[in-house]
Amino acid sequence: MSELAFFIDYSRCIGCRACVQACEECDTHRGRSLIHLERLDEHDSVQTAPQVCMHCKDPICARVCPADAIKQTSDGVTQSALTPRCIGCSNCVLACPFGVPNYYGGIDQMMKCDYCYDRTSAGKRPMCATVCPSQALAFTTLEEIEQTRKGTAINRWVFGGETVETKVFVVVPQDTREVRVDLVQLGGRNHEPFDVAALLEGSP
Amino acid sequence: MAKLPDTIENLVARFGPRLQTEPPDGWQPIGEADRLVKTHCCFCGQQCGIQLKVKDNQVVGFEPWEDFPFNKGKLCPKGVKRYMQNAHPDRLLAPLERVEGRGFREIGWDGALDRVAEEMKRIQSAHGNDAFALLTGASLTNEKAYLMGKFARVALRTANIDYNGRLCMVSAGAASKKVFGVDRSANPWSDIPRAEVLLIAGANIAECAPITTDYVWQARENGAKIIVLDPRLTPLSRTVDLFIPVRPGGDIGVFNAMLHVMIRRGWIDRRFIAAHTAGWEAVEKAVEKYTPEYGAKIAGVPASMIVKAAELWGPARTSFLMHARGIEHHSKGVDNCLAALNLVVGSGRIGREGCGYAMITGQGNGQGAREQGQKCDQLPGSRDVENPEHRKYIASVWGVSEDSIPHKGLSAVPLLEAIHDGRIKGLLLICFNPLVSLPDQNFIRAALERLEFFAVIDFFLSETARHADLVLPGSLMEEDEGTTTNVEGRVIHHKKAVDPPPGAREDWRIICDLAARLGVRDKFAYASTAEIFEELRVASKGGISDYSGITWEKIDERMGVFWPCPSPGHPGTPRLYEGGRFGHPDGKAHPQPVEWRPAAEEADAEYPIILTTGRTVAHYLSGTQTRRIGGLVAQTPEPWCEIHPRLAAKLGIADGEFVRVESRRGSLVVPARLVTTIRPDTVFVPYHWPLDRAANRATIRAIDPVSNIPEFKICAVRVQRVERPDDPVARLEPQAGGLL
Repeated sequence: MSELAFFIDYSRCIGCRACVQACEECDTHRGRSLIHLERLDEHDSVQTAPQVCMHCKDPICARVCPADAIKQTSDGVTQSALTPRCIGCSNCVLACPFGVPNYYGGIDQMMKCDYCYDRTSAGKRPMCATVCPSQALAFTTLEEIEQTRKGTAINRWVFGGETVETKVFVVVPQDTREVRVDLVQLGGRNHEPFDVAALLEGSP
Repeated sequence: MAKLPDTIENLVARFGPRLQTEPPDGWQPIGEADRLVKTHCCFCGQQCGIQLKVKDNQVVGFEPWEDFPFNKGKLCPKGVKRYMQNAHPDRLLAPLERVEGRGFREIGWDGALDRVAEEMKRIQSAHGNDAFALLTGASLTNEKAYLMGKFARVALRTANIDYNGRLCMVSAGAASKKVFGVDRSANPWSDIPRAEVLLIAGANIAECAPITTDYVWQARENGAKIIVLDPRLTPLSRTVDLFIPVRPGGDIGVFNAMLHVMIRRGWIDRRFIAAHTAGWEAVEKAVEKYTPEYGAKIAGVPASMIVKAAELWGPARTSFLMHARGIEHHSKGVDNCLAALNLVVGSGRIGREGCGYAMITGQGNGQGAREQGQKCDQLPGSRDVENPEHRKYIASVWGVSEDSIPHKGLSAVPLLEAIHDGRIKGLLLICFNPLVSLPDQNFIRAALERLEFFAVIDFFLSETARHADLVLPGSLMEEDEGTTTNVEGRVIHHKKAVDPPPGAREDWRIICDLAARLGVRDKFAYASTAEIFEELRVASKGGISDYSGITWEKIDERMGVFWPCPSPGHPGTPRLYEGGRFGHPDGKAHPQPVEWRPAAEEADAEYPIILTTGRTVAHYLSGTQTRRIGGLVAQTPEPWCEIHPRLAAKLGIADGEFVRVESRRGSLVVPARLVTTIRPDTVFVPYHWPLDRAANRATIRAIDPVSNIPEFKICAVRVQRVERPDDPVARLEPQAGGLL
């Protein structure tokens, strides 16, 4: 049996926010939910997308931190900024390609999803992926994903000229090898529009 | 005298709903809990396994229970935050007595129980036994549901007991009983991923049964095709193979025309029909005229969608139908279900792996609470209150004479009507909040105001309890022990996590103490809920829902036991109808011909828009519990009205503006939400809120002639833009019925 890993399957998300509610129950940051659940456009879609920290193998947030406050554990988990070091500059917030870190003014510190480190380092599954009713968030083995899902799990992202590899996988259609996020895509429609009126007029 | 004893503002200020936004000791790390209690979520019929963290006799958090097979640790937001209601500032900690003009005063338990018993006796001796009624709930454990039925028939000897499952499962139950002879989902959920095609009719699974989503997606991973019928594009519909945006009330057009196509194309299992059914010819005859074009006209969708649905469903080797309130909350709710079940019978795909159907129960014990004898027409074991043999057996279990057991009483809506016209003078209510959940709220409030005496058992002062003469503070699920029966028919064990807070009492003790005051102490001399369960096992023996072979220990060992389980060595019955043996005496399925008919109130020139109502994921039923939990109210603070932009343009309404949704019976004012994910002839309002925000201000008091379920899913309204209201109710916090 191979190592447990984190998988996001956006096609399964139902936007119920169980992950958001459960995240704040995690003992290391109790009362503060660090997961993002995006509602893409509530006017013409019910589509939603959960976003945990992807835990880049070479974390950009840590690279841009002028105070060296963001540390990666030996098992590849990037932690929230260290309280005594964080200067609240928000470089990490701006630099993260996934929009994960948040700066909290009240405590003058960046906090982000830490892979439920207190749980995962002790053999438990992260809160969000354990409770997720649709298993859009799953914490399991790559074999299990390959056997039980149609899609394929990848962890390679190409942002323009920069390639990023992440500890967290996303489940995408078969034959996809990497997720390309090119500039031309930005600013375009990033979700599927639905119009029931159009459905009723046309053929399905 | 059941009028409000004080202003709403004063009552809200004292009794809430206020928000519990933090755990009992704040958000600090819990560290080691005293114990983890393996039990179940109380919100909704799926009854997910959960471990409650207990410290110093308080529920302080939870840990997922990954070994419980139904949900394997998964929880929706309600399950995650359920623990927040235990140490809640709104908990009632003493009996309350109504004081005109001043609200409520706290009184002692003995005096409170004495007064309730005296009023019961007074009303019954003056007006007859049936003048005192009971309204109960489907979130009660099996033990409490059994106790309420027995209390009505043995202690009060009133015919008039009914429950809020009348707003939930009765259409599905009546249809299943007619066709298959048993009122239960036919299959365990583990059959869902094994089906080649799923038909999801009127079930917003993502929001109302979230855990079921993973079963649906597992089926999809295995290659299943998925069809969804709903007037709104729900979260699951977004990525399914066929979404049919059916007109509210048009479902029979889809089902009958699908069957018409299946017959034409030879997708009927003739061998199954001949061997295992009776009455199929009448069904075929009834759908002769339901061509796709005819069905499409009724359903308000293109005929091509219906043909495609038949092409997906018809030739499959395995299939699974799931239906819920969307097709059941109609004055033809039973017929809607019957038409859907004909697709199962015609295909012959039932009683085998990956083949069957389920009705998705909504309430916590939606399945079990309808089997133990708290329905107006039922005795324990799903027995018939008018069947002489059934009456005789239950009379022997209770140690009473058969003729002392009252006959069939009034169901929930007629019961409120009988209160309104003065035939019923007294009411004891538990686990029910009709001043949010029943249709035609203005009528319901007027009815309650006419009661001579009104007592309520509840742990919070619900909107309905505000009208009570006397309130008895009861207990939460985690403060008592008992069983419920989940959506699959799996009987499960709710463990006690903590004691009720000082001043509150377990519901069953309250009922037993009242019974003692009514002179039947010996019939209610239980020392524990375990003893009630032992009696329930005997009472259910030989009935359809036979629990006699189930013990609490067996439930714990096997992670639940499916009924029927007729003997100690019996493993339980996860899948019904194996081998094509159905629940009727002849062993056959009895499919029923169905003809479409319009709703009680269709849109017209005066009220040109259809209002349909439903739920949202963060709230449970009337919101008595979830409108008190901070995280859930933050997620969904107030109701809204979904309007298609085309309709909104005609009405001159912009997104976020306030609208008055008005029917012939009443109106509500909520913000508009413009979405393209709803039919342009229909608007939607979720129903969990009270007062001027109550969707049920507008809904109609029409009921199905067989099941007596109200028509929550269709009424005619007009919608107009209004200024933001600024009145005392609007100034309340949103969880109390105000606005953000």
